[in-house]
Amino acid sequence: MYKRGIRGGVVTRHIISIGDFDRRQIDRLLDNAKRIDAQKYDNNALYRKILATLFFEPSTRTRMSFEAAIARLGGTSISVDSVEACSIAKGETLADTIRVVSGYADAIVIRHPKEGAARLAAQFASVPVINAGDGAGQHPSQTLLDLYTIRQSMKLDEINVALIGDLRYGRTAHSLALALSLYHARLHTISPKGLELPTSLHTDLSERGMEITEHDTIGDVIKEVDVIYVTRIQRERFPDSASYFNVTSSYRITPELLTGAKKHAIVLHPLPRVDEIDPRVDLLPHAKYFEQSRNGVPVRMAMLLQVIQ
Amino acid sequence: MKKQENPENEGLLVRRIQNGTVIDHIAAGEALNVVKILGITGTTTESLSIATNVLSGQMGKKDIVKLSNRELSKEEVDRIALISPRATINIIRDYKVCEKKGVEIPDMIEGLVRCPNPGCISNTNEPIRSRFIVTPKGLHCTYCEWVIARDITSNII
Repeated sequence: MYKRGIRGGVVTRHIISIGDFDRRQIDRLLDNAKRIDAQKYDNNALYRKILATLFFEPSTRTRMSFEAAIARLGGTSISVDSVEACSIAKGETLADTIRVVSGYADAIVIRHPKEGAARLAAQFASVPVINAGDGAGQHPSQTLLDLYTIRQSMKLDEINVALIGDLRYGRTAHSLALALSLYHARLHTISPKGLELPTSLHTDLSERGMEITEHDTIGDVIKEVDVIYVTRIQRERFPDSASYFNVTSSYRITPELLTGAKKHAIVLHPLPRVDEIDPRVDLLPHAKYFEQSRNGVPVRMAMLLQVIQ
Repeated sequence: MKKQENPENEGLLVRRIQNGTVIDHIAAGEALNVVKILGITGTTTESLSIATNVLSGQMGKKDIVKLSNRELSKEEVDRIALISPRATINIIRDYKVCEKKGVEIPDMIEGLVRCPNPGCISNTNEPIRSRFIVTPKGLHCTYCEWVIARDITSNII
């Protein structure tokens, strides 16, 4: 799970990509999150520890849940919330920013528009780095909380998971698919033309033994799936509003659609949602996306404990 | 060796060198890329001979590069494997082949290939060199995880 680097004689541990984890490491982290969720944790475990949250791209949930996580463990956070507000606007490299911030904090959480930025940060940091999303790349804490939410409802092994929406650019769907391959899940993909799972990822998952089936509509597979993972289709991917609405309406999750679903099937969404899920679904027991969002705190607490302690 | 393969042309195209390195059995047409991958330009001091599309008993056609007064290091040799894995290296001292070796594909290459992903942090002004792990699928960028599966030469820095 960790990329270990030695700087100044201190071993630092980072969480950069879900691909760095094996199944045992994921299970252990989710077990720890479960204990935390059951209030079985020391709320001063990270007393006087400082978390630096460097968000060079907008974020609400990820940043707030990391800040809530460190606060619940007795620590505090300091932050940079935009490129304009920091010395990167003056031309400073990310490498220098990271070296400087390493002197202020006990761990760094970073979101950056460039892919691989978190890996670079880990290279230059003398404190642990957690990737909170790097461009179209990785977002491991989201994947871990997705897995945690699924595990609250069912075992992770050999489940049928439908991925719906923008599967080409959606990093959360990519990381989740990769993690689920460790649990021998069967994947069902439903996406508009041109927004299918990238071929390279499809090949990679198949080589890992994952069974992947493409479907035209979620209705084709609704009776089979245990998890319906919905991602946002971005408006800018379409030439005009009419074609956008035309496509999104055919991928919308509605109560009528879910009448055909398994009783225990759950609907997840990394949020924010726009039109992908009918608000009436919120009232159904299938809807777990707000629970999923809430789970960000215990999962991120477990991550912070693991890298800082 | 060359006389056996094509005695008439070889003498004219690529003369024997006294000291240096002969890179033989380069895939036909790749000699200029081998030179590029070794960082040899018109402004460097090496005396260089290149023969392309030379007839070869084993390969049909091949390229040959001769470098006078320079013995390639293992790291340099292994870079060649990325574009021509069948190449052989002959270290020449006083007109004699003192050492003959094949190329081995390296585990990792640094600063040699540019990541083709425009969104990769390695394509910015950060103080890092590009870094790729060599896998059976291709070159795997250690920063953005992009894989270069084909046409490595067009990404050589």
